[in-house]
Amino acid sequence: MHNLFIGELAERLNQRQISSVELTRHFLGRIERLNPALNAFITLTPEQALIDAAAADVRLKSGERGPLLGIPLIHKDIFCTDGVKTSCGSRMLDNFVAPYDATVVARFKAAGTVMLGKSNMDEFAMGSSNETSYYGPVKNPWDISKVPGGSSGGSAAATAARLAPLATGTDTGGSIRQPAALTGVTGLKPTYGRVSRYGMIAFASSLDQAGVFARSAADAAVALQVMAGFDARDSTSVDVPVPDYSKALSQPLKGLKIGLLREFFDGLEPRNAALIEDALNIYTGLGAETREVSLPSLPLSVPTYYVVAPAECSSNLSRFDGVRFGYRCENPKDLLDLYKRSRGEGFGAEVKRRIMTGTYVLSAGYFDAYYLKAQKARRLINNDFRSAFEKVDLVISPTTPTPAFDIGAKMNDPVLMYLNDIYTIGANLAGLPGVSVPCGFVDKLPMGLQLIGPHFAEAKLLNAAHQYQQATDWHRHAPRGYE
Amino acid sequence: MSLTRQDVEKIAHLARLSITDQEMPVYVSSLSSIVDFVDELSRADTEGVLPMAHPLDGQHQRLRADSVSETDNREKYQRNAPSVTAGLYVVPRVIE
Repeated sequence: MHNLFIGELAERLNQRQISSVELTRHFLGRIERLNPALNAFITLTPEQALIDAAAADVRLKSGERGPLLGIPLIHKDIFCTDGVKTSCGSRMLDNFVAPYDATVVARFKAAGTVMLGKSNMDEFAMGSSNETSYYGPVKNPWDISKVPGGSSGGSAAATAARLAPLATGTDTGGSIRQPAALTGVTGLKPTYGRVSRYGMIAFASSLDQAGVFARSAADAAVALQVMAGFDARDSTSVDVPVPDYSKALSQPLKGLKIGLLREFFDGLEPRNAALIEDALNIYTGLGAETREVSLPSLPLSVPTYYVVAPAECSSNLSRFDGVRFGYRCENPKDLLDLYKRSRGEGFGAEVKRRIMTGTYVLSAGYFDAYYLKAQKARRLINNDFRSAFEKVDLVISPTTPTPAFDIGAKMNDPVLMYLNDIYTIGANLAGLPGVSVPCGFVDKLPMGLQLIGPHFAEAKLLNAAHQYQQATDWHRHAPRGYE
Repeated sequence: MSLTRQDVEKIAHLARLSITDQEMPVYVSSLSSIVDFVDELSRADTEGVLPMAHPLDGQHQRLRADSVSETDNREKYQRNAPSVTAGLYVVPRVIE
């Protein structure tokens, strides 16, 4: 049952061959059995899940139909869930019970999904390995000595391990696409502003975007249909019509122009390059044309990101002051001591490092040299993508330079860790949608193929990803022990 | 090291973060390596380039009618507060 795709599960629910309660029990059973080795969850909500599943069954019994009605899912613990602990992977919010639902959560609820729990993540979504979580690292189901990627590592590992057919995530610099690649699942980061950020705990507000993990592009399309759309409660939400993503999946790719980013292929590890070559052959077989495109400013993207994102993080995280919610230190001697120790003790090392980086680049005397300079470099990167999309419909690259690495391998070298995001960050800086799909294995570990498109080209991206998955079976591989 | 211990102490103060003596050397070295890394930006030619703060051009701040859209949830929200008395957040004495 856990190897079925969402469309197949919905068909069985709609034909009442299974009930949502049975389906929910099945996944809860797998979580109980398989999650202890993975640590993919911060909070499990089995009682509420069974109540919600029973409610979905009532709706199904009354004849109501929906693509996600009665389907279990997991929310990344960055999304506020009314009455349920929402920690963002931090000691700072270990005691925080969200008083309202994020728009993403509310939309999935209205669609009749059943939340199984909240997934583990890098603290405040800052990390590329899920090792900065206050709740301990998540393990990669393909090899538990490896990281699952981050920051949405719990959602990725749980989807790969078939603990749920669907999980939400957020992507600020690659936090959906990179873990999707390292765990062999499909991960979609929509256009900036496509999905509401209301109730999604902010990290870097000009980059953050919500998206999903699923086992196929077709499943991701169903989920995006529910998530996407205007929300007056998010000032950056964009009022652009939402197309029918599932309908677009079957369009033929004949004449599609795919761009190869020259800068991404320089120095690419040969086995990784071979997988991309294979994918390109599949695409040309499907009628697409490939051509090389250049983004000369792309090498600036990682340093640009590591100025812009920390700057925004240092502002956003100033709300955690030990006064209104979250962790407060013991016996503060005055207000300054309360602020400093609550934040010093409540935040982990990487979060403090990013806050301090951001504080530095925004401080008097350094603002022009770092922050303003990075915003100008961001414009150059954006312009590069814009000219590329005058020549091609979408661009293709690996999602990551290497497969999943050992837990602990990069924790002492932040810059080395930051370079994991080299292929994914550009899309965030330019606000573009991107998708990662499984494209093969290196050292028995899954690798991802990344497609990036122009603003609001999610339908085209999912179409291209779906057609690739019709021609290949990489997305059907399950890690051993989780089949 | 591009940053000194004094630099990091100043940054930590501005960011309202207590950093222990034990942690300090690690931050001095890791923040220095991050600053060195992002210094690559200084080589980029950005003459005449407009800074970009928002990834979508043409977006502007929306306005709405000045009418009540939220109900009072103070009690619910204050359940997450570390210390509350009579509906007020309690902090150490600020004015003697």
